[in-house]
Amino acid sequence: MTATIDVRVWRGNAHGRFVHYPVPRRASQTVLDVVTHIQRHLDASLAYRFACRVGMCGSCAMSVNGVPRWTCRTHVEHEVRGGTLELAPLANLPVIRDLVTDMTAFFDKWARARGRFEGATDRTAPVAVVPPASPARRAADAGIECIGCGVCYAACDVVTWRPAFLGPAALNRAWTLANDVRDVAQDARLAAVAGDAGCHACHTQGSCTERCPKHIAPTAGIAGLKRRAARAALRRAP
Amino acid sequence: MTTPAADARLWYAQRLSAMVLALCVAAHLVLIVAATHAGLTAAALLARTRGSAPFAVFYGVFVVACAIHAPIGLRNVAAEWLRWRGHAADAVWIAAAALVLVAGGRAVYAVVAP
Repeated sequence: MTATIDVRVWRGNAHGRFVHYPVPRRASQTVLDVVTHIQRHLDASLAYRFACRVGMCGSCAMSVNGVPRWTCRTHVEHEVRGGTLELAPLANLPVIRDLVTDMTAFFDKWARARGRFEGATDRTAPVAVVPPASPARRAADAGIECIGCGVCYAACDVVTWRPAFLGPAALNRAWTLANDVRDVAQDARLAAVAGDAGCHACHTQGSCTERCPKHIAPTAGIAGLKRRAARAALRRAP
Repeated sequence: MTTPAADARLWYAQRLSAMVLALCVAAHLVLIVAATHAGLTAAALLARTRGSAPFAVFYGVFVVACAIHAPIGLRNVAAEWLRWRGHAADAVWIAAAALVLVAGGRAVYAVVAP
């Protein structure tokens, strides 16, 4: 283990450059620890995001050696290559400054995918019973732990190629709602997630599933949306 | 430019045509290998295909599946790799479909016409 790491950090916006910082190695050091060290001890002007530091909030994702990762749970010992580490903002999102990206488009796409629950009852209605072992509930459970970190979105080549593509996170959200038996906007949601900007653009490359820090498989959810859309098309013209 | 519903229909058309092509290509390859091993001449092959309804139907379906499948793929390649979308791009892939249909149709007619 080298005593210091040569950390190359992206500085500036889309037209920035990499700046080198020597950071001391420590035991059990995370990539977020490295960034925090730089900001506190080497260059207070470095911009980055974090909140919980324990893998819950989804705000600290960035590109580590070219791979999108949640930095608070990514250990330096697994990432450092020949004593160096490269940190950049997430791909597929506009850079505001340094390691901070503008997540507006990412979350707007959740709204476009009708990513909010739409029920038919109010709070006076009896609580809906959803058996935990039912296939729909299990399918929803498989995708429900998304923390909205944007790692899948940054890992997705289709987002790069088709800027209008809703992306794995928004489609995963739509899939969890497609499996919510209480939701009443199913046809409208399928219409929102179909087509070249939706599930049909996915190439099933699986980068999102490979990179998701919560081990969610958006690829499987997107395939599920394709099946539901096909069934809906057979019922009636979409 | 197309609507999401039209995009979805194109997606289904490409998947269904791919299933047809998988069978057609496999049968076509078996046919080629069998004909080559049998040492058939061009004249002997034409003697078998001319006036043959099964050959006409098989290769007719093959051409239609190609005319559906390949242009939709070209459309996707143009949109994703060249960022070329819209009416002009649509015109090109529809023209490609027509070209495959006409050229393929002529080839099938040439070998099955009595």
